Amino acid sequence: MIYIVPGKCDFCGCCVGVCPEDAIELLESDIRIIDERCTNCRKCVWACPWEVIEFHREGIEKLPTELELPQG
Amino acid sequence: MKSAYDVIVVGAGPAGSTAARYAAVGGASVLMLEKDRDVGYPVRCGEAVSHEGVVQFIQPDPKWIAATVSKFRIVVPNGNSIVPRLDGIGYVLERRLFDYELANVAARAGAEVVTKAYVYDLIRSNGATEGVRALIKDQKVEIRGKIIIGADGVESRVGKWAGIDTTCHIRDMESCAQVTLSGVHIDEGILDFYFGDKIAPGGYLWVFPKGKDVANVGIGISVESAKEKSAIKYLEEFIEKRYPHAATLTRIAGGVPCAKTCDEIVKSNVMLVGDAAHQVNPVSGGGIISGMIGGMIAGQVAGEAIVRNDLLHLREYEKRWHKRLGWRHEVFYHIKEAISRFTDDTLNQLCEDACKLPEEKRTVGSIFRAALWNQPSMLLDVAKVFIS
Repeated sequence: MIYIVPGKCDFCGCCVGVCPEDAIELLESDIRIIDERCTNCRKCVWACPWEVIEFHREGIEKLPTELELPQG
Repeated sequence: MKSAYDVIVVGAGPAGSTAARYAAVGGASVLMLEKDRDVGYPVRCGEAVSHEGVVQFIQPDPKWIAATVSKFRIVVPNGNSIVPRLDGIGYVLERRLFDYELANVAARAGAEVVTKAYVYDLIRSNGATEGVRALIKDQKVEIRGKIIIGADGVESRVGKWAGIDTTCHIRDMESCAQVTLSGVHIDEGILDFYFGDKIAPGGYLWVFPKGKDVANVGIGISVESAKEKSAIKYLEEFIEKRYPHAATLTRIAGGVPCAKTCDEIVKSNVMLVGDAAHQVNPVSGGGIISGMIGGMIAGQVAGEAIVRNDLLHLREYEKRWHKRLGWRHEVFYHIKEAISRFTDDTLNQLCEDACKLPEEKRTVGSIFRAALWNQPSMLLDVAKVFIS
């Protein structure tokens, strides 16, 4: 699952801009992944300029393949 | 604050404040909501603008100008550089104060401004948007609005809630990091741009002066490239090499949508402006002035729609934007794609060729023409824009 390292986020919104599922909620100094919407596509992980968003594989049986990833 | 307005603007950056200003001037009652505690802070920007861009909206004021620049230098991977001839001057802003002033101008025009007001949803009924739901001072409130203008930046959600796809492709999103360094030796009058696959793949690194020995040193790389290595890593490597002893005054992250304008920027009574609408110059990543132009047009059209009591008039925004700047951003987008295919060798060669030009002919245009000869496919890309 997608995990945001506590206390390290700058709340810049780059991850929100690439999230195809509207699965990230960003406030002035708070951010959270909306788990019900997240598809583990990992675009937010790549987008984060500060490497604050991590992807943890545990418990996930199957990752979306390149073909299944939402476009855009 | 009232319970209903003609126009609600979400976000008080340059695009939002300009939209609020022109909507108010046009005769609408306007409320602008900013999620952060302060307008203008935190700054997420390299802060460079052209003089001619700024004066369309506001007279330059030393209060929010950190440095005046008259040149820019392009540094290619082998370390060589070229300084194209430039007509006109530019500024490195104090965005914190600049944004503050723009919000002030909007307020003077009659707009109400509320900070620490986080819009978390739209009030929707039968597909129509009737206002916003916001968290203001930890209280949930509903505010009615005839027109909603989403100026909520790269992290925009207003568009998504209204059914507009604002997601930026990872190829086009620039993942950015910037530090403000003190104690650096820089040329105060010049903007530096570093290009190359090892320095900033799919983007560039910048050094913009902010005073005698202070500079914004930042980087934007495409998210596609950031899969391998993050923006902050590239930036840290550069600083370690170039400015190992500098003090870091600020450190920020950011995202810039270097894409074409969103396919839809108006849907029913919801309009998008600035980064939220991807109104960014796709080549330079500059979005202050183009966002303000988008904001101005949206604000004007919103004002007209209110006065005429005709919300169908809002579609005019899309037409006017495309005529003014949108079409140009499409051309720039194709140019950006071509530039992104340049190898380090091509960049080095380009610089060498450009240096052979007589100094008075080293304009961006002539350097670019030389690039076109090297990359005939780029001509095709640009031609496609005009044919399609």
